[in-house]
Amino acid sequence: MTFIRGLRCRECAREYPAKALYVCEYCFGSLEVDYDYAAISRKLSRQLIESRPPNIWRYKELLPIDGEPSVGFHTGMTPFFKAHNLGRALGVKELYIKDDSVCHPTLSFKDRVVSVALSRAKELGFETVACASTGNLANSVSALSAKAGFKRTIFIPADLEAAKIIGSLVYAPRLMAVEGNYDEVNRLCAEIGTHYKWAFVNINIRPYYAEGSKTYGFEVAEQMGWKAPQHIVVPAASGSLLVKIWKGFKEFYKLGFLEEPTCRLYAAQAFGCHPIVTAIEEGSDIIKPVKPKTIAKSLAIGNPADGYYAADAIRETGGWGAAVTDEEIVDGIKLLAQTEGIFTETAGGVTVAAAKKLIEQKKIPRDESIVVCVTGQGLKTQEAVQDHVGKPIRIKPNLSSFQEHVKDN
Amino acid sequence: MAVTVRIPTPLQKLTGDKAEVNASGKNVQELLADLDRQFPGFKDRLCDPDGKLRRFVNIYINEEDIRFLKNEQTSVKDGDEISIIPAIAGGC
Repeated sequence: MTFIRGLRCRECAREYPAKALYVCEYCFGSLEVDYDYAAISRKLSRQLIESRPPNIWRYKELLPIDGEPSVGFHTGMTPFFKAHNLGRALGVKELYIKDDSVCHPTLSFKDRVVSVALSRAKELGFETVACASTGNLANSVSALSAKAGFKRTIFIPADLEAAKIIGSLVYAPRLMAVEGNYDEVNRLCAEIGTHYKWAFVNINIRPYYAEGSKTYGFEVAEQMGWKAPQHIVVPAASGSLLVKIWKGFKEFYKLGFLEEPTCRLYAAQAFGCHPIVTAIEEGSDIIKPVKPKTIAKSLAIGNPADGYYAADAIRETGGWGAAVTDEEIVDGIKLLAQTEGIFTETAGGVTVAAAKKLIEQKKIPRDESIVVCVTGQGLKTQEAVQDHVGKPIRIKPNLSSFQEHVKDN
Repeated sequence: MAVTVRIPTPLQKLTGDKAEVNASGKNVQELLADLDRQFPGFKDRLCDPDGKLRRFVNIYINEEDIRFLKNEQTSVKDGDEISIIPAIAGGC
């Protein structure tokens, strides 16, 4: 049975059927899935969730599909733990990491949204799926659509990291490398979408796709013992993940699974692309698009579609934002690796560095619970750190050569 | 100045299902006024009651976002290609 009531415009509240629509015909606002929460409340409980397998579909009543999911049976329920070493390094008492660098199958949180998008695309009768991507989404759509049996065409900016290109090609999609930045790829896809009857997961399937990000927030709350943290630092490109984590906490509260969350949200962006942080810092109602220039390519969205909603959520919760330089991003990646043994991609470096900055600026207090969101895998963006991690010590295969180089014990 | 304007799906009901139309004007503001003359109601959809472009509307001239140019005052010339695109995005 379905718990979807339909789609509703986030700007003017006009209602639409739950089809492959993404924008309000009247005001161009984005559409969001509307659920029958009363019916969900009668069915779903903490106990039911806890009794289900450890993947995103344990929350399926709060995800936008009518029937049963078709992919993502191993996606989600990624590690969540208290990061003692990083907490000590940052001088805070209670720091947690939610680690989607090991999300199944393509090692980023995108597997969550894509599992939801493809399950819905199948229900809506599509045979071909497509996406515009900074890399992680391309990997995830390529892999999960192979599993789900879709034809697939993927659009990426031509200058992506090699690992992200190979990490798509291996699943044999039609991979289009567009000579332009992400915003240009996205604009092109919006135009292509008017000519082809494809499920563009981040365009015409976007209302469903974006809901998958709630599962990141659901898991944080469940794994904390059914409560929300006091502070959560989230990487922001379009701003969608931040918005959906907050929505997830609020839905759990509405269903009585949590006390009213007092969680403050913080956006982490790269200095070379921080339109959301700028709006927060300047108290501006306008999100001014920028031309991105940063090593954090997965966050290089200069024209963030959910920027307004992210800024609203940050203001509503009393949070803030921080932008960090490329050098700080590399330091953030290294700090997380050297304290917690986690190799995250550039976006994770942004989040760790932003958390550090927010703590130093006293925007985040040192004695309250803080969650740092790690959303991607470092092996995909090795170029960013390869010149900053030293070199192996080369020796001959004998004891004296070893001892020549190693004086300590 | 005659230019080609690409129309997004949500607006094609107004243009008789046409994905591309011609319009004239010396800047974006005049183009929108001309489009509204040709397709009554067009401007209401793109602009708020104060006449300003709605925040989720993106307009591009030859692939460049007008917010990097002079917004509604950006001038246009013969042969320019204009795209109107609702905000969309992936990333996280």
